[in-house]
Amino acid sequence: MLRISCPFCGLRDHTEFTYRGDATKIRPADDAPLAQWIDFVYLRDNPRGPHREYWQHTLGCRAWIVVARDTLTHEIFSTEMAAGDKEAAE
Amino acid sequence: MKYSIFSLARNALHGQRLWPQAWRSPTPKKHYDVIIVGGGGHGLATAYYLASVHGIRNVAVLEKGWLGGGNTGRNTTLIRSNYLLDGNSRFYEWSLKLWETLSQELNYNVMFSQRGVLNLAHNDAQQDAFRRRGNAMRANGIDAEWLTREQVAAMVPLLDCGDGARYPVQGGLLQARGGVARHDAVAWGFARAADRLGVDIIQNCECTGFDLTAGRVTGVRTSQGSIGAGKVGIAVAGHSSQLAQLAGLRLPIESHVLQALVSEPVKPVIDTVVTYGAGHFYLSQSDKGELVMGGDLDFYNSYAQRGNLPILEYVLGCAIQMFPFISRLRMMRHWGGVMDMSMDGSPIISRTPIDQFYINGGWCYGGFKATPGSGWVFAHTIANDAPHELNRRFDLGRFASGRTLDEKGAGPTPNAH
Repeated sequence: MLRISCPFCGLRDHTEFTYRGDATKIRPADDAPLAQWIDFVYLRDNPRGPHREYWQHTLGCRAWIVVARDTLTHEIFSTEMAAGDKEAAE
Repeated sequence: MKYSIFSLARNALHGQRLWPQAWRSPTPKKHYDVIIVGGGGHGLATAYYLASVHGIRNVAVLEKGWLGGGNTGRNTTLIRSNYLLDGNSRFYEWSLKLWETLSQELNYNVMFSQRGVLNLAHNDAQQDAFRRRGNAMRANGIDAEWLTREQVAAMVPLLDCGDGARYPVQGGLLQARGGVARHDAVAWGFARAADRLGVDIIQNCECTGFDLTAGRVTGVRTSQGSIGAGKVGIAVAGHSSQLAQLAGLRLPIESHVLQALVSEPVKPVIDTVVTYGAGHFYLSQSDKGELVMGGDLDFYNSYAQRGNLPILEYVLGCAIQMFPFISRLRMMRHWGGVMDMSMDGSPIISRTPIDQFYINGGWCYGGFKATPGSGWVFAHTIANDAPHELNRRFDLGRFASGRTLDEKGAGPTPNAH
C-alpha cells in the first residue's frame, strides 16, 4: 500500500486515489505542430526512478495532485496541488 | 545429444551422468551478424528462428541475468488466440500453430497442454461482445465455441454457476485449442535449440549502450566489453523504454507491474483455464497441483518486481466469488513482473528510426502466448529489414499515423488495456 499525502486531507491509502499518469506532459496549443501532439498523446520518458505523476483523490476531496515518486522503490518524495504545478510550468 | 527414449534409457543405466550441458557458456566474440538483447523467450526464439529459418547463425543473445529470469518466468503461462481484430488474431493464431508442434520442433518438451481457455460472460452485453468475438475468430479460421450456462457447469463442476452467485454465469466463450505450457521449458528449449545451431547465449551480460554511426547501429556496449554487430534487436519487454533510451529513442510505452500468485498444491480440481467476466481474474491449475491466479495491474507506473496488497485482495475476492472453496486454501507464492504497457494495448515488432536497430516489445500482459510467433516474425523482420505480413500492423509508426490496433478500444491510456 502506498501512503499518499493529500495537501487537503493528509496522509491516505493510495486506494482512495486514481492514477492519472505522467505529469510532465503539457498539453500543446490547439494549433501546435502535429509532432508536438504525437509526443503529448503517445510518447513517454517512462523513467525507472523518480517520476512526476498525477493522482486524483477520487474517494476524498477529488483534487488532482502531483506526486513525485520513485517507480522502482515506490518512495514518495513530495506531493503538491496540480493547479499550482501548472502555473509553475507556464 | 538428441533427447529421446534411447537417451533417457542410456542415462537411466548410467546414473544420469551422461547428460551434456544443454547449452554452452561462450565468451563473446568481437563481432556478430545479429545481436539480440534479452534472453527471455522472445529473444531466444528470435535467435532460434534467425538460425533455423533464415540461416543466420553468427548470432548472440545477451542476457543481463539468467535465461528466462524476467517475464518468461513470471507469467501465468496462458496460451490462446481469441482476438477480435485481424491484425492481432492472425498473428496470435500463427503463434498458436507454432506452439502445437513446438516440442517436436525443439526436441524439448515444453509441456504444451491444450486444455481450453474459457471466458465467462455474466450479462447480456458481455454475451453479445463475446459472441461477436467468437464469430470474428471463426471467420478467421480459428476455433471458437459458445457454451451455455449448463455446458459451463458441466465443464467446470466446482465453478459457482448458481443463481445465488454475486454475478451469475450466463455462458462462456471457449477456445478449446488454447491452454498452458511450462514457461521455463520454453526458454530452455529455445536456448538449447538455438545453441545447437551455433547461436552464442551470453548470460550475466548487461547491455549498457549502443554504438551508433551516422544513424545506424554498429555495436553493443556491455558489462563484458563492446561487441560489434551488423544488426541489433531488443526483446526486453518491461524495460523496452530503458533500452530504447540508450539508443536515443522514446517509446509509446509505460512500465506497470502485474502480479500473480499460486496456492498450495491440491488434487486436480480444474482441468481448463477460466477467466472471470465480472472482474479481471483468471485461473488454471498447474501440473504440480497449485492453482495459478492472476488479475489486474497495480495501475501506477512501476519497475518494482513485486505487487501491492490491495490488488491481491481484489484478485482473491474474484477467485472466491467464482470458486468458493478457494477461501479454504492457503496461498503459497506471490510475485510481480514489469510489463511494457503500450498506448494501444498491442505489441510493437518493428524497424525503428535507427538503421539496423529493431524493437520487439510493448507486450502488455499478453507476451507469453506470443513467444514462438513473436520470435518468428521478429527474425523475419531482422533478416529482411522489413516486417512480415503478420507483424506489419505492429509497426512503431502506427501511433503517429493514427493506425493504432486497440483491441479494447481504451485509447492511449496504458493502464486501461
